Amino acid sequence: MPETMLENVKNEKIKKSSEFLRILKQLSYNKLAMFGLILFALELILCFSAPLIAPYHYNKLDVTAMNLAPNAQHWFGTDELGRDILSRILYGGRYSISMGVCAIAIAMMMGMLLGSVAGYFGGWVDNILMRFLDIVQSMPGMLLTIVISAVLGAGFVNTILALSVNAIPHQARMLRAQILKIRNSEYIEAAQSINCSRAEIIVSHLIPNAMSPMIVQATMGVANQILMASSLSFIGLGVQPPAPEWGAMLSGSRQYIRDYPYMVIFPGLAIAVTILALNLFGDGLRDALDPRLKR
Amino acid sequence: MGKYILRRLLWMIPIILAVAVIVFTLMTFCPGDPAQIISGSGTSEEDLAIIRESLGLNDPYLVRLGRFLSNTFIHFDLGTSWMTGKSINDSIAERLPRTFVLSIITLLLSMIIGIPLGIIAAVNQGGIGDNISMFVALLGISIPSFWLALLLILLFSVRLGWLPAMGIGGIKYYILPALAGCTGGIAGYARQTRSAMLDVIRSDYITTARSKGMPEFTVITKHALQNALIPIITITGTRFGAMLGGQMVLETIFSIPGMGTLIVTGVNSRDYPVVQAGAILIAIVFSLSMLVVDIFYAWADPRIKAQYERQGAKKRGGKAHA
Repeated sequence: MPETMLENVKNEKIKKSSEFLRILKQLSYNKLAMFGLILFALELILCFSAPLIAPYHYNKLDVTAMNLAPNAQHWFGTDELGRDILSRILYGGRYSISMGVCAIAIAMMMGMLLGSVAGYFGGWVDNILMRFLDIVQSMPGMLLTIVISAVLGAGFVNTILALSVNAIPHQARMLRAQILKIRNSEYIEAAQSINCSRAEIIVSHLIPNAMSPMIVQATMGVANQILMASSLSFIGLGVQPPAPEWGAMLSGSRQYIRDYPYMVIFPGLAIAVTILALNLFGDGLRDALDPRLKR
Repeated sequence: MGKYILRRLLWMIPIILAVAVIVFTLMTFCPGDPAQIISGSGTSEEDLAIIRESLGLNDPYLVRLGRFLSNTFIHFDLGTSWMTGKSINDSIAERLPRTFVLSIITLLLSMIIGIPLGIIAAVNQGGIGDNISMFVALLGISIPSFWLALLLILLFSVRLGWLPAMGIGGIKYYILPALAGCTGGIAGYARQTRSAMLDVIRSDYITTARSKGMPEFTVITKHALQNALIPIITITGTRFGAMLGGQMVLETIFSIPGMGTLIVTGVNSRDYPVVQAGAILIAIVFSLSMLVVDIFYAWADPRIKAQYERQGAKKRGGKAHA
C-alpha cells in the first residue's frame, strides 16, 4: 500500500541535519551571545509586565516627592513632577522596544517582497527596484526618517512607519544578493521542473534558504531602530511626552542635568543596555550563521 | 578611469532629481496650510488668500514642482524661509561649514582611536588586547550619542568647567560634540580594521617580511597596514555622509547653528522650504562623498583599477560582437 509506505517513511527516524538546530547549538556555545539574549529577554519580560511589577503608575504625580535622589522607595529617584523614574523606564521600554521590533518587522516584510522579486526575476524588474532603492539610500538614514516623520506627524504608529522606511533598502539588498547566489541551484531547478509556481518557489524555496543574513541584519537593525527612535523623541519628533519613551524622558530631564543628574543617567542606561544586549546577540548569531566570518 | 568617474557623475543627476521630486512631494503633503504657518494665527481669510497667491500655492502640483526644480537646479536658488523670510542659500552658506568642520573632527577622532584599536585587536587575535578592543567597539555602538553628550556636558562643563557646553566659537566648542559623536565611528573603524588586518596578516609577504628579520612594528605598520587600508577607507564615505545627516541630535544638544539644527527647527516650526533644501543638499553631499571614496578606492588599489579598465574593454568587445 503506497499510503502505509508513505506513513512508514514519515515515521522512520531519519537523522535530519536541521540547519536551524545546528545554528542554535552553535549559538548556545557562545557565552556572550547567550548573555545578550538572556539580558534582552529579561528586559522584555520586565518591561511587558510593567503594569504588574512597576511600583507606581508611570504618570502618577507626587508633589511631595519631587526631584528625589534614588532611595528605598524610588530606586531610580523621581523626576521634576514627582513621577517614579523606575516605573517610567519600565513602561517606557514597552514603547522603545516595540517601536524597534515593529519597524524592523515591517522593513523585513517589505524587504522580502522587494528583494525576492528583484533577485528572482532579475532584468528590468531588478533594475527598476534597485534604482529606486538607490534613491532612498542617497539620503542618510536619520535625515530620511526625520523628513518622513515630519510628513506623517508624531505618534507611535507614524514613528514606526518612518523608521521602517530607512531600514527597507538594507533588508531588500541583502535578500537579493543571497537569492542571486542560490537562484541557479539544483533544487530550484528541481522545483521548477515539477511545475512549482513562481510564487511557491520564491516563498517556500528561495526565501527560507536566503534568510539567514537577513535575520542577523534584523537583530542589529532592532538595536539601531531603538537608538533612532529615541533620538527622534529626543529632538521632539517621535513619541511625545508625557508618554514615558526613553528618548522623550531624556529630552524632558535634560534641563535638570545640573542638579539632578540621575534623571538623565537612568533612561540612557536603559537604552544602552538594550542595545548592548541586542548587539551581543547579533554578533553571536552572525558567527553561528556564517562560520567563515568567525575569527 | 576618467570614463568611470564621468559615468558615476552622470548617474548622480537622475538620483538627485528623484530625491528632489520625492522630498518636494512629501513636503507638499505635509499637514498645515503654508499661508497660515507664515502669517501666524489671527490673519484674515483675505490676507491668507493674498499670501497663497503670491507664493503660487494655488497653482497645480506639477507647475509648482517644475518651478521648484528649475529654481533649485537652474537658478541655484533654494527659496526663502517661511519663518524668517531670509534666503535659504544664505543660511546654508553660513551653516554648512560648521557641520562640515564638526563632521571632519568627529571623523578624524574616530579614525585616530578606532584604527589603532583594530590593529591591536588583530595583532593580539584571541588575546586580551583583542577582547578589550572589541569590547570598547561594542560599547561604542551601544551608547546613544546624545546620552553620552549629556554625560560629557555633566562632567566637563558642569562639574569640571573645562569646556563650553554649548554654542560656537573656537575649536574647543567642537571637542565635546566630536567626542560624543565619534563612538559609533570608533566601533566601525575598529571592526573594519581588525578584519582587514586579519586578512592581510596571513599573507605570504608578511611572513617574508618577518623572516628577513624586520622588526614586528615595521611589519605591521608598513606592510600590513598599508595593504589593509583600502577596506578601511571604504567606510569613511558612508561615515562622513551619515555624519552630515546625523549631526541633528548633537547639534541640537550643543546648540550649534549648523545644518542639523536648521533642519530640526525647520521640521518643528513647519518651515518646509528649509527642510526641503537641507534634505536635498545633504543628499547631494552624501552622494558626492560616496563617489569620492569609490574613486579613491579605485585609485589606491591597482587591482580594482585594472578591473574597471577590463570591464570597459569587455563592454566594448561585447558591443563589437553584437
